[in-house]
Amino acid sequence: MELIPPADILLDIYRRMTAIKANDERIIATMKAGRLTMPYYSARGQECIPAAVSVLLTKEDYLVTIYRGIHDMIAKGVPTKLIWAELAGRSTGTCKGKGGPMHVTHPESGCMVTTGVVGAGLPIGCGLALAAQVRGEKRVTVTNFGDGASNIGAFHESLNLASVWKLPVIFMCQNNRYAEHTSYAKGTSIESIAERAKSYSMPGVRVDGNDPVALYHVARAAIERARAGQGPTLIEAMTFRFNGHLLGDMGDYIPKAEYQAALAADPYPRYRQWLVQEKHAAPVALDAIDAEVNEELEAAVKFAFDSPLTDPVEITRDIYAAASA
Amino acid sequence: MNAEQNAEQKINTIQAINWALDDALAKHSNVILFGEEVADPEGGGVLKATQGLSSKYGANRVRSTPISEMGFVGAAVGAAIAGMRPVAEIMLMNFVAVCMDQITNHAAKLRFMSGGQTHVPLVLRTMTGTGFQQGGQHSDFLEAWFCHTPGIKVVMPSNPADAYGLMLGAIEDDDPVLYVEHLASYWNPGAAPKRGQAIALGKARIARPGKDVTLIGYSRSMLDIPVVAETLAKDGIDCEIIDLRTVSPLDMETILNSVKKTRRAVVVHEAVRSFGVGAEVSARIHEALFRELKAPVQRVASKDSPVPFAKQLEAAFIYSHADIEQAVRHTMA
Repeated sequence: MELIPPADILLDIYRRMTAIKANDERIIATMKAGRLTMPYYSARGQECIPAAVSVLLTKEDYLVTIYRGIHDMIAKGVPTKLIWAELAGRSTGTCKGKGGPMHVTHPESGCMVTTGVVGAGLPIGCGLALAAQVRGEKRVTVTNFGDGASNIGAFHESLNLASVWKLPVIFMCQNNRYAEHTSYAKGTSIESIAERAKSYSMPGVRVDGNDPVALYHVARAAIERARAGQGPTLIEAMTFRFNGHLLGDMGDYIPKAEYQAALAADPYPRYRQWLVQEKHAAPVALDAIDAEVNEELEAAVKFAFDSPLTDPVEITRDIYAAASA
Repeated sequence: MNAEQNAEQKINTIQAINWALDDALAKHSNVILFGEEVADPEGGGVLKATQGLSSKYGANRVRSTPISEMGFVGAAVGAAIAGMRPVAEIMLMNFVAVCMDQITNHAAKLRFMSGGQTHVPLVLRTMTGTGFQQGGQHSDFLEAWFCHTPGIKVVMPSNPADAYGLMLGAIEDDDPVLYVEHLASYWNPGAAPKRGQAIALGKARIARPGKDVTLIGYSRSMLDIPVVAETLAKDGIDCEIIDLRTVSPLDMETILNSVKKTRRAVVVHEAVRSFGVGAEVSARIHEALFRELKAPVQRVASKDSPVPFAKQLEAAFIYSHADIEQAVRHTMA
């Protein structure tokens, strides 16, 4: 058994997982009520991954994520009220309502780019890491993507470039077993994406993405390696998404037994149960965290819908630098 | 910067680019340079435009890359967001096709999509042009693709002095810039620039004042237009010539002021004719000055075909001096 991280870390992970889950459920409910209109790629079921990784990062560390990335944003510390305002198309949103769920950006939290193009975040992650390397900084870049992205050229070019330049980047593959509607086996030529790291002379680690403790240790090794200037690591965190590719997707392409088994292994209640059973936290302490998360969520939703809608004049802004606009 | 520089010194565009990159690397510690073969161990650039720079500024700041445009152009986008000012070289313009996602979906849009929180002060150097029988995948002028993408600027110099000043201007600009160099005129000598002096983007240059017709060009066409203008001058047709220099955003003020005076215009470019920069310039002139024009604006461009290989086909593909002359005479008729 791996060393268990200290209780404050375990609770911090729990807090982040709770925030991800609570926000996800509220987003879906708000969409169903017709108050939010947007394409939504829920990450429910994948909350362990960013929660366990982000407790190892600071605001100075860079994060890149994808259209299924609000869980990554919340874990990294983007204020949820700014995310909600963005989804609601308000002028107070992270991107003034001009980015939306697929492009949430918040450099103050280190969240530099969210891309809607599969694989495109990997080269950009290399560039963020390159900037840190050229300047002699210790910060690392974590670039997130799904299993489907490991089949696009940008993945391979990025791993190669990061390896030859020894860039301080962690390639975090959140393998949820489906690339849109195509199963892993139908679209991927290799048993494990982590094995692809061998071709690029870097460590490749497959880990249970629903086990926060295992993830914590794997991510810590990769982050320490990057901070020490030893180069990149590819992590493949095995997980599952409970709400299909895009909200509204009926999931007909997922065998029922597979889906039921995944639901039964829901990492969120499992982690909570483990914390209590192993006496890392009293239920009352976890309840207190739940209450705090819900309070923040209520405030975030209120902030968003109380904020003014973004004025259409914004279409003419932020295209070029102001001086030359 | 160079005390020995004298007013009559001539340099070519390769030297001009080299000077500009050298001066930018010296002046700004956040300028980094990368691309295929740009460092000295790999030759200092396929045409030596980056020669000496990796030796002078170190392998940390001047790096040769693998042949991996999607990877290293994306890395340039990321580095720019993180506060660097990367100059990335895409050896030939046709190769933008393998990294368009990073240019048009990311570099051009991240400022807008982030609500102005991030921006991408990136320069993409590339070169192109017919004349070397390189066929359909090594010779295209594709600037219209980028002009059609809000958020990116397109710079296309025609002479060494502009190449120098516009490169410094592009590096110091806060937006992503596609900087297109013309292959066949790299070695043409021209007046040396004043070291350290940037040319701000977005300003066209009146290359020749005239009163009868405005000829608008950039990059390669600026080699041909003045020759034709001299021929026409002998017949008493006085051409005003505008070198756009920055193709996007267009300097409409300079264009419209000139056409208001001449009431005639011809746009000339090496890119293919249809849906091109010429169409945009022509449309904007018509929208603004329709009633004042004495003739419809004419476009002179290459044929709407892939660039062919054989020498005689390549010559037939691109416009001729006679085509420019005919277009001008058409507006005078």
